Amino acid sequence: MRDHFIERLSLMAEQDPRIMLITGDLGFCVFDDYRDRFPNQFINAGIAEQNMVGLATGLALEGHIVFTYSIANFVFMRCLEQIRNDASYHDCNVNVVCVGGGFSYGALGVSHHATEDLAIMRSLPGLTVVSPCDHWEASEATEAVADTAGVSYLRLDKSSAPNSYENGEEFRLGKTRRVRDGFDVTLAATGGILSNALAAAEELAKHGIQARVLSVHTLKPLDAEALVSAAKETTGIVTIEEHTVDGGLGGAVAESLLESGVMPGFFHRIGLREGFSSIVGSQNYLRTHYGMDHEAIVAKVIQLLGARKTRLMEKHVA
Amino acid sequence: MDTKELARKIRIHTLEMTSRGGSSHVGAAFSMADIVAVLYGNVLNVDPNDPKKPSRDRFILSKGHAGAAIYAALAETGFFPVEKLKTHYQDGSNLSGHVSHKGIPGVELSTGSLGHGLPVGTGMAKAAKLRNDSHRVIVLLGDGECDEGSNWEAILFAAHHKLDNLVAIVDYNKIQSLATVSETLGLEPFTDKWQSFGWNVVEVDGHDHVSLKNSLSAEARVPGKPTCVLAHTIKGRGVSFMENSVLWHYRTARGEEFDAALKELEDAA
Repeated sequence: MRDHFIERLSLMAEQDPRIMLITGDLGFCVFDDYRDRFPNQFINAGIAEQNMVGLATGLALEGHIVFTYSIANFVFMRCLEQIRNDASYHDCNVNVVCVGGGFSYGALGVSHHATEDLAIMRSLPGLTVVSPCDHWEASEATEAVADTAGVSYLRLDKSSAPNSYENGEEFRLGKTRRVRDGFDVTLAATGGILSNALAAAEELAKHGIQARVLSVHTLKPLDAEALVSAAKETTGIVTIEEHTVDGGLGGAVAESLLESGVMPGFFHRIGLREGFSSIVGSQNYLRTHYGMDHEAIVAKVIQLLGARKTRLMEKHVA
Repeated sequence: MDTKELARKIRIHTLEMTSRGGSSHVGAAFSMADIVAVLYGNVLNVDPNDPKKPSRDRFILSKGHAGAAIYAALAETGFFPVEKLKTHYQDGSNLSGHVSHKGIPGVELSTGSLGHGLPVGTGMAKAAKLRNDSHRVIVLLGDGECDEGSNWEAILFAAHHKLDNLVAIVDYNKIQSLATVSETLGLEPFTDKWQSFGWNVVEVDGHDHVSLKNSLSAEARVPGKPTCVLAHTIKGRGVSFMENSVLWHYRTARGEEFDAALKELEDAA
């Protein structure tokens, strides 16, 4: 996703001199071409994230469209107050790009596991929160956040779901994509882990269960309409995110459904349920270890559908 | 403009505003009142009739807790009616205790959490350099605020990028919220610190209007270096019993104290 981000950003920078990329001294070799082509649209702020966001705010107040870039938590957590008070309160077009969402840097340890970012960023006033599932979404989102007023958070994943882009499809922030249709269960996923949802849907089909798969690339604003439809048209909803289950996609969907007065037949959040993810490994290994791979999804869906069937039968008998 | 008279009015307004609202930080506002008066009366190229004029100087108050003095200066120089000052810190007002830009012409940046102003000012100065604009960016910091690491990130950045259009003024009143600076986290040798980070440093008496004007004038710019004006000040300056006292960081003047303070400021005319 990172390469698709920088490729798209280069095209944008070529056309619009207001585009400014600030890195917190990360992105080895990634920005060489961009920096050489657009020396006045590139700043390495050094390892100083608080100043990076202050700088971004100052530049945005003077008319620039700014992208700040760093790994995982560094880009938003150290400088969260600067994002809130400076960039967002002043309605700045500052786009905070996290490279390495979830367990992208799984073997590097807990400092590099971005597993609370969606919940934290979602709570800030005025933010747009985007977590693309594949290369196409990442590229489209890069341009879309620049075209959106205020602060956006763009979470780039190391993994990517297989491209599900259909010819002529238009990417719209806040508009969920239905990448597979079905009526037995909805698998709503955000980020590259959507690939696990698709694999689970394949597996479920062998059991005669047809899953609808939604790419919820925008957590804020959330596409309540698509989720209400999913709750009404399918038996139940399972959310899937490489993120704590607290306050991220699952939380957002639950809030939205309850407030809409629509109760899905069942509801479950797949995500990180332990405290700190102190066991390390590859992204795929950690998805399995923490119970969010496609097998875990399949098992949970079969269990939930089975339990619901039993409940309905008991109700019928009674 | 008579900057001494402006400073006196800023102090009177600040006293009335903080007393009416029961808010704090009168000492911190008084220590910088002369600096603010010289800036708005004599230094800053700003226009109350066109507050967003692109060629204006950008001024940021980073020690946002002293915002009452900025609101007073803006009102006195025509950015909004003086009458509005009466709403400061009151229910439903947008004149918050820490300076806010929303709906207030002339305020570039809302602050209140310390260590934010200089990084943002650095971004504004960098933007001006990229456009070859000639205006300056002036940021006023507190001394206690210099405990914040974010300032030192910006100080490194500004020198590295040769932002000679950036001026940081430190209101060095030597007292922070609970005790003196030297008892809390000593900053000395303060001048040496700024210099060793690559800044041009000028030390001035922060209550001497002529020195302030000279050190803050556009002509004082040193090519290739950002400038730090280290302004030695007295916290609570202008009211004898508030001067050099930790107490008046948070205390609100009420009753007899308010009357006595107001009398001193009125008699100073």
